[in-house]
Amino acid sequence: MAVCIAVIAKENYPLYIRSVPTENELKFHYTVHTSLDVVEEKISAVGKALVDQRELYLGLLYPTEDYKVYGYVTNSKVKFVIVVDSSNTSLRDNEIRSMFRKLHNSFTDVMCNPFYNPGDPIQSKAFDSMVSAMMVQAC
Amino acid sequence: MEPQEEKPIIYTMENKPIVTCAGDQALFTSLYNSLAQQLPREPMEWRRSYGRAPKMIHLEANFVQFKEDLLPKEGNQALLTFPFLHMYWTDCCDTELYKASVKEDMLRWQSLLRAHGSVDWLIVLVESDGKKKNKTNILPRTSIMDKIRNDFCNKQSDRCVVLSDPLKDSSRAQESWNAFLTKLRTLLLMSFTKNLGRFEDDMRTLREKRTEPGWSFCDYFMVQEELAFVFEMLQQFEDALVQYDELDALFTQYVLNFGAGDGANWLGSFCAPVRSWNGLVLRRPIDMEKREQIQRGQASLLDLRSYLFSRQCTLLLFLQRPWEVTQRALELLHNCVQELRLLEVSVLQGALDCWVFLSCLEVLQRIEGCCDRAQLEANCSHTVGLWAYATEKLKSLGSLCGLVSTNGPNSEDLNRTVDLLAGLGTERPETASSLQSPYKKLKEALSSVETFEKHYLELSHAAMDMYRAIGRLRSARLLGKSLAEFYMRKGDPQRAEGFLQDSLRCYVQEGWALPVTHTRKQLAECQKQLGQTEEYLQTSALLAGDANLTDEERKHFCQEILNFARGASDTQAEKVVLSMSAFAQLRQLQFQPAAAVVHVGAALQVELHLCSLMPVPVQLEQLAASVHFSLERGGARGRRAGPGAGSGAGQDGPSGTVTFSGGAEGSLSPPPRATPPNLELYEIQDRSPSDHALNSAGVVCKNVHLLLRRRDSSTSLDTPGYGGGSAPVAMEEGAQMLKTHNVTLLPGNNSVLFTAPSGEPGTYTLRQLCATVGRVQFVLPHIYPIVQYEVYSQEPQLSVEPLTENLLAGLPQKVKFTVVTGHYNVKKGDALQLSNTDAMPILHSCSCPAQIYSSTGELVGESVLSIQSSEKVTSITLPLAPPYHSIEFQLEVLCQIPSAPPRPESERITNGQLRPRTSSRHRSNSGMASIDQKISIDCPWSIYSTLIALMFHIPFKAKHSLLSAGKRKYIQVCVQNVSEMNFHLVDQSLVERHPGASLELQSLNGKTKKLVYSQQSVYCLWEMKWASDPPACLQCVFSVSFSPDSGGESTYTPYRYEFQLEHVCTLYSVRADIVPLAGAEQCHTGALCGLEVCITRLAELSEAEKEDGGLTESDGLCTTKLMYEVVDNSSNWAVCGKSSGLVSMPVAASATHRLLKYLPHYATPAIQPDTDSCIESDNISLLEEQAETASIRSRGSLQSLGGAEQQRGLPMPRLEPFGSGQVFNSSLGRQVLVLPSTDHHVLEVNVT
Repeated sequence: MAVCIAVIAKENYPLYIRSVPTENELKFHYTVHTSLDVVEEKISAVGKALVDQRELYLGLLYPTEDYKVYGYVTNSKVKFVIVVDSSNTSLRDNEIRSMFRKLHNSFTDVMCNPFYNPGDPIQSKAFDSMVSAMMVQAC
Repeated sequence: MEPQEEKPIIYTMENKPIVTCAGDQALFTSLYNSLAQQLPREPMEWRRSYGRAPKMIHLEANFVQFKEDLLPKEGNQALLTFPFLHMYWTDCCDTELYKASVKEDMLRWQSLLRAHGSVDWLIVLVESDGKKKNKTNILPRTSIMDKIRNDFCNKQSDRCVVLSDPLKDSSRAQESWNAFLTKLRTLLLMSFTKNLGRFEDDMRTLREKRTEPGWSFCDYFMVQEELAFVFEMLQQFEDALVQYDELDALFTQYVLNFGAGDGANWLGSFCAPVRSWNGLVLRRPIDMEKREQIQRGQASLLDLRSYLFSRQCTLLLFLQRPWEVTQRALELLHNCVQELRLLEVSVLQGALDCWVFLSCLEVLQRIEGCCDRAQLEANCSHTVGLWAYATEKLKSLGSLCGLVSTNGPNSEDLNRTVDLLAGLGTERPETASSLQSPYKKLKEALSSVETFEKHYLELSHAAMDMYRAIGRLRSARLLGKSLAEFYMRKGDPQRAEGFLQDSLRCYVQEGWALPVTHTRKQLAECQKQLGQTEEYLQTSALLAGDANLTDEERKHFCQEILNFARGASDTQAEKVVLSMSAFAQLRQLQFQPAAAVVHVGAALQVELHLCSLMPVPVQLEQLAASVHFSLERGGARGRRAGPGAGSGAGQDGPSGTVTFSGGAEGSLSPPPRATPPNLELYEIQDRSPSDHALNSAGVVCKNVHLLLRRRDSSTSLDTPGYGGGSAPVAMEEGAQMLKTHNVTLLPGNNSVLFTAPSGEPGTYTLRQLCATVGRVQFVLPHIYPIVQYEVYSQEPQLSVEPLTENLLAGLPQKVKFTVVTGHYNVKKGDALQLSNTDAMPILHSCSCPAQIYSSTGELVGESVLSIQSSEKVTSITLPLAPPYHSIEFQLEVLCQIPSAPPRPESERITNGQLRPRTSSRHRSNSGMASIDQKISIDCPWSIYSTLIALMFHIPFKAKHSLLSAGKRKYIQVCVQNVSEMNFHLVDQSLVERHPGASLELQSLNGKTKKLVYSQQSVYCLWEMKWASDPPACLQCVFSVSFSPDSGGESTYTPYRYEFQLEHVCTLYSVRADIVPLAGAEQCHTGALCGLEVCITRLAELSEAEKEDGGLTESDGLCTTKLMYEVVDNSSNWAVCGKSSGLVSMPVAASATHRLLKYLPHYATPAIQPDTDSCIESDNISLLEEQAETASIRSRGSLQSLGGAEQQRGLPMPRLEPFGSGQVFNSSLGRQVLVLPSTDHHVLEVNVT
């Protein structure tokens, strides 16, 4: 499944980013950061077209030789980015969507926690384990 | 072949559906041109099977002469060469001729067609008037047409058409021509539908067999491509593209299945090692070379993919969708790389990079070839991916072939290059002429270091510019960073720096910790090579404190700083100033004492909590905080007086602790982002200076300047040192410094103690913090929130306060003296000189302890005061006390109760209210009269005396009243205790001020002592007796002794009350009776009654009265004129007739004057009395008055009963009221019985 999952604040700093395998962490950070370009592009494009009922799922942000980067943006402009290994061709769009939906639900739970300060890095264990479930164990 | 229309179509295949023509060739040739032109002129709707949407298509056809070998052989699937329609042309109009030859020919033609199973045919009979004219003898019974129909079209009559005079310009000819064209189109479409449908069915059948062992993808590919060709031929590019997409998907699925372990045999041929990587070829509509390879089953995966893509690309360009080409190209390239990996095809290292690079450029050039410049620029977002991909690939090729290093390629690199170039093969002919062809570019780039650099930079900059143009700045920066890496490897840090700085700034701004660390590390290396010492050290400091690095790395960078710091200590090199934020964080600052307010010279300690971010202990030579001193101390003392006064900037909380938000996160990683600072709100209250009343209250934000600062321009302070040195931190040289030397900062939290200077009074503000390590200084340029402390100097003060809430006069009371020494040092012999007053002596005992407190309120010492009293002065010797201490002691004072001087005139009704006698005496809120006592004290530190005012309260209130009983007189004194204490009263006495023999005051009071509780009263009574004439004015003194009811023995203090009585003697007695009228026995309501008032003179006129001349002589008798008035309350009684009048009283004693008044008694229904009851339901205010000459009464008030005025002087009679004791009302309290008028019930009436 996913090799990297990131939650990025409205201001574009990472609230949560986790990747497997960990030795490539830096590369994923760069990848996710760069993908924000496309996220912003898509958000502004969507904003022009349909402000009200816009699709949260942004679809494939961009493919690289090794990875596919998918994006999702909440109504509060928090971005979710999922990086998937390109060789993992069994993943369909629907599955990516459902991953995002799960991610969003879990993120909502985090935000509902009265002890969580919005804008802080996410340290919730529940969120972490949910993310773990979505990631492959090192291939 | 017959002549065909030559229409220049550039890329499309020059294929059209084939239509064969048999019969009269000459005839057809004459019509060919117009036919070929007009056939595509009108579109036809093509209805299609399998629910595909119908389409309008313009039909074209390739008309060829019929030959038998054009007919498809059995099993030949080729569609391109398939004749869709067979036509037979004849212009025979002669039945004979028809029968003779034409029919024969047609039959042969038909049988040939039938033999090949072709049913798509059409017979065209051209009629011309010219010909008919020649055959006029022919009867038009049965036309040739009918014959032909008879012979050939047994069912399908529509397969025979007559074309009338096609070459003539008549409407009939036009009509028949159109009809013919329509027929032709319809039949062609029918044929398409039928034949393509059959073909598709066959194709599907073939596809279903794909699981069978012998199935070959290449064969199937050829079949489906045939279909694609046909669609393309019919200009149905969309459908054609679908065919290729299906093939693409099918192949992809096979590869994936192979990856999943489900391999197909035929895939083996695609798994062969890649030998050629010459990239996509998109300039030809059909790459026949590759097609043949596929047909032969010799194509590699790259060949197949290339061919497929080239076909898709061609079709997409036909469809005007160039941007889909770029998008698909990128997908394709990624996909191919993945597929080769999946299939484990062995590829020479770098070969794929070559292929991708060439392909990217090929696609880009192909797109450039069919779009204009403006279009290209507007669609950068579609092409930039390919540019970036090509750049990336070229870069990796460069490093592979040793073209990036400073030394150039070695022999191994060169070998590799040769191998790679070999796989490119020779350049294709179509690009051979182009100087910029991908092939040439790659060859050139790999040929030398210089050319590689040129091409690489060209590509990189192109891609970066495009990214910037479409606003993908992050992508551009990432590319820039990779360019920087390139420069670094080339040994050109100068050019790398800018890119690194740019990227770093972006990462820091957006708070991406790992990229920040990584980029910063690269930047450090760059700066080191550039020799930018200061910047390098700053970056090193940041890296040394970066938790994302390993300990070794951090230590390394820390060591770099330390090495530099210790390095050239001998040379007096300039110091390097770095920002402290990377080195250590100021977490907390604590004052001791907490209020941060001290007096001059006092010890004030400041404790700094510094969190060192360094991985190793660092020895600081000096840690200094510069202090700004200002004399401003407006109300400083008052403002800070209480701990936690709060108005001090940010120094909240009584603990004197200032917490700095910067360290709140507690993590060593850089804070995620320069988050806006928290609101700092303070309450403000605006009070008017005069009466301290609240004018306004509000909330003020103290850090507006931070909150409202422009975000983008704030760089240097919030994000310190992303590059280091961009904003050199200036070190202020303040005159005052807090310093400590040789501090070792351990990693983590440290606490450093400073002693703050407090030499001069004023406000001290901590501005900067500076840590010095050798040549390196770490400076915190601003300490925020503002940290201040204050030093004050204070004048000595003396205050005297009562111990209890109210000081009571007449009793010894305790008073607290407090001496605040301020800056004064109490020396030996210093004494307070109290000027004595008689009214308030100081009672001092021999042992009066004094306590000495320090400024913080701690008890420092205790000693016994020595007090000396002389006549005028009490001198209190103070104990020794250092400055800024306070001395407290208590003294007892006694305030005498001043005796009230006699009042100037007696008040008729005494209420004990004393007129203000002195200005110092007034009533306090508690109802107690109070006395202000002032003490004048001379202090040793001042030449001026201090005036202290103390307020004492008198515990008692007294009032007197004169009571009469006929001629007997009594004096009543009421003493009220208005204090909070209980008192014993004893020895009450009443004496005359000027005792005369004639007057005796006989006490009617008990001898025992009386207890008066708080707020209660005691009454005392005396009877007045006199022998001779009573005095007109009597001045009395009441005195009583009191002591507090405190238990134990008590000393009694006297209390005196003086008052004056006048008109003591009773002059007249008034008696009033209500009598029923004559004949009645009782008074009845509603009936008139008589009021008989009897005024009797009790005493002789005094001499003074006589002399007044108020007497009138009448009838020889000497009389006094009295005025009386009967005042009723107008509810029960009413006076009939005059209610007032004058009477003349004889002067003689016991003279009586009677008057009779009639008083009707109203029985108002409302007060119908209960029967049989005797109720005081009726009150009569009976006022009987005596008056002298002209006496007038005011009505209604019982108190103002009698008024008499002596008329002195004739002109105006004067009324003068009597004193309270002068008229005795003997009927006071009398009751009158009044019966109801109807039923003879008894009513009692009070006469008061």
